Amino acid sequence: MNKIIEFQGVSKSFGDLQVLENLNLHVMSGEKLALIGPSGSGKTTILRILMTLEPIDSGIVMVDGDYLWHQKTDNKLEPASEKHLHKMRQNICMVFQQFNLFPHLTVVDNIVQPQVLIKKSNKNDALNKAEELLALVGLEGKESQYPHQLSGGQQQRVAIARALAMDPKIMLFDEVTSALDPELVDEVLTVLHQLAESTDTTMLTVTHEMNFARDFADRVLFFDKGKIVESGPPDMIFTNPKEARTRDFLKNFIGKI
Amino acid sequence: MEWSWTVVLDVMPKMLAGLVITIQATFIGAILAYVLGLMLAILKMSKSKPLAFSVYWSSEFVRRTPLLVQLYFLFYVLPDFGIFLEPFTAGVLGLGIHFSTYTSEVFRAGIENVPKGQWEAAKSLNYTPYQTMRYVILPQAIPPMIPPLANYLITMFKETPLLAAITVVELFNAANIYSNSNYKYLEPMTLVGVFFLLVSVPAAIAANRLEQKFKPEEVR
Ligand SMILES: Nc1ncnc2c1ncn2[C@@H]1O[C@H](COP(=O)(O)OP(=O)(O)OP(=O)(O)O)[C@@H](O)[C@H]1O
Ligand SMILES: [Mg+2]
Repeated sequence: MNKIIEFQGVSKSFGDLQVLENLNLHVMSGEKLALIGPSGSGKTTILRILMTLEPIDSGIVMVDGDYLWHQKTDNKLEPASEKHLHKMRQNICMVFQQFNLFPHLTVVDNIVQPQVLIKKSNKNDALNKAEELLALVGLEGKESQYPHQLSGGQQQRVAIARALAMDPKIMLFDEVTSALDPELVDEVLTVLHQLAESTDTTMLTVTHEMNFARDFADRVLFFDKGKIVESGPPDMIFTNPKEARTRDFLKNFIGKI
Repeated sequence: MEWSWTVVLDVMPKMLAGLVITIQATFIGAILAYVLGLMLAILKMSKSKPLAFSVYWSSEFVRRTPLLVQLYFLFYVLPDFGIFLEPFTAGVLGLGIHFSTYTSEVFRAGIENVPKGQWEAAKSLNYTPYQTMRYVILPQAIPPMIPPLANYLITMFKETPLLAAITVVELFNAANIYSNSNYKYLEPMTLVGVFFLLVSVPAAIAANRLEQKFKPEEVR
C-alpha cells in the first residue's frame, strides 16, 4: 500500500486566524479515514484544501504521487496552474453537507451530465451507470424527479451517486448528514458504510456521528485547533484514548457510542 | 386646429416604415446589450482586480453619461478618427453599448445569487470555468433575470427617438420630417404617441406575466 495523500508541514490561515499549523498527515491508498474533533478545529478546511477549493499558505500536499498545489517546472516548485489543478481534480470528488445537487437538472441528469462533460462518456453508458448507481443508493424510480422533490436524505444519496459516477480515487465527505432530519441520517450512513466495505476507493469523512465513525473507519483522527491530537484504529480512539483532550471530547458523546 | 384624416393617411406609410426601423433598432440593440452585458458582468467578476476595476469604472462612465452624447460621439466624432458608421449602425451600437452597462448589472446580480455551493459542486466534479458557467450557473441565473431584461427591452424601445439626432429615420423622425415639411404637427405626433403606446402597453403586460412566472420559488 502506498501513500495516496500526504500533507507535509501545511499551514493555513484565514486572516489572523491560523486554522492549520504545520500539519503532517498521510493517508494510505484505500484507507477509510474519519476526522473528528470540535467545531472550528479545521476538519472541513483539510477536505477543502484537497478539493482545491481552498489554497494553502505553506507546505506541500501530495496526491497520488504528484504535487496538488504546486507543479514542477525545470526542477523548480511553482504554484499550480489552473491546468495542473484540473488534472489533479480528476482523482478527487467531494460530497457536501448541503448536497449541492444541480436544481435545474433531474436526478438522472445530475449524474449523467458530469460523466458526459468531464469523463467524455457516451450518453448511453452514462445513463446505464447512473441507473446502476441509483440502484446502489436505493433510489430506483427517482430518475426523472427534480432534487427539490426529494427528501434531504434522498438528495444526499443522489449526491453520493453523482460523486461515485466520476470514479474518483479519493472521496471526501464533509458532515454529509448534518443538514438532515435525525430520522434521515441512517439511510445515508448505511449507504456510506456499504460503500466503505465494498470499494477500495480512499475515503475521508468528517463526522460528528461517532458510531458511524467507528464502523466506517480504518483509522480515526482526532483533531483540535488545527493539529492532530491522536490518531489510531477506532477501537483504540473510542475505547482507550491516550490523550486527555480526546477523552474530554468523547465525553460529550457518551451514551451515543 | 382640426384633426385631419387626410394627413393621417398621408403620413401613415412613412411612419410604418419608421416603426420597422424602430423595432429593428430595438431588437438588434437589445441583443447587443445582452451579449455585451453578459461579457461585462463576467469581466467585472474577474479575479484580476485591475481588470474588474477598470471594466467596472468604464461601464459606470458610460452608464452615467447621456445616451444622446454617446450617439453624437459615435456618429459625429468617430469620423475625425477615420471611423465612419452608417446612422443605423451607430444608433444600434450606441443603444447596445449604453444599455449593456445596465444589463451587466442584471447579469452580475443574477450570477451572484446562485449559491456558492453550486460553484463548489461544479469544481468538485472538475467542470472547467466555461462548463460551470454554461451548464451550472447560467441555467439557474437566467430565469430570474428575464423580467428585468425584458423591462430594459421596453426602455430601449422608448429611447429610440434619440436616434433621430443622428439622422436615423425611425418612427419619431419619420413623423418629424413630415411635420417639418408640411407644418402639420398634431396628427403625426399624436400617432407617434399612439404607436409607442400600442407596443409598450402589451409589452409591459407581457413583462409583468414573465415576472409572475419567474418569481423566485419558495425555499428549495
Ligand atoms: N472562508 C473562511 N473565511 C474565514 N474563516 C474561515 C473560513 N473558512 C473557515 N474559517 C474558520 O476556520 C476555522 C476552521 O474551520 P473549519 O470549517 O475547517 O472547521 P471544522 O473543524 O470543519 O468545524 P465544524 O465542525 O464546525 O464544521 C473556523 O474557525 C472557521 O470559522
Ligand atoms: Mg466543518
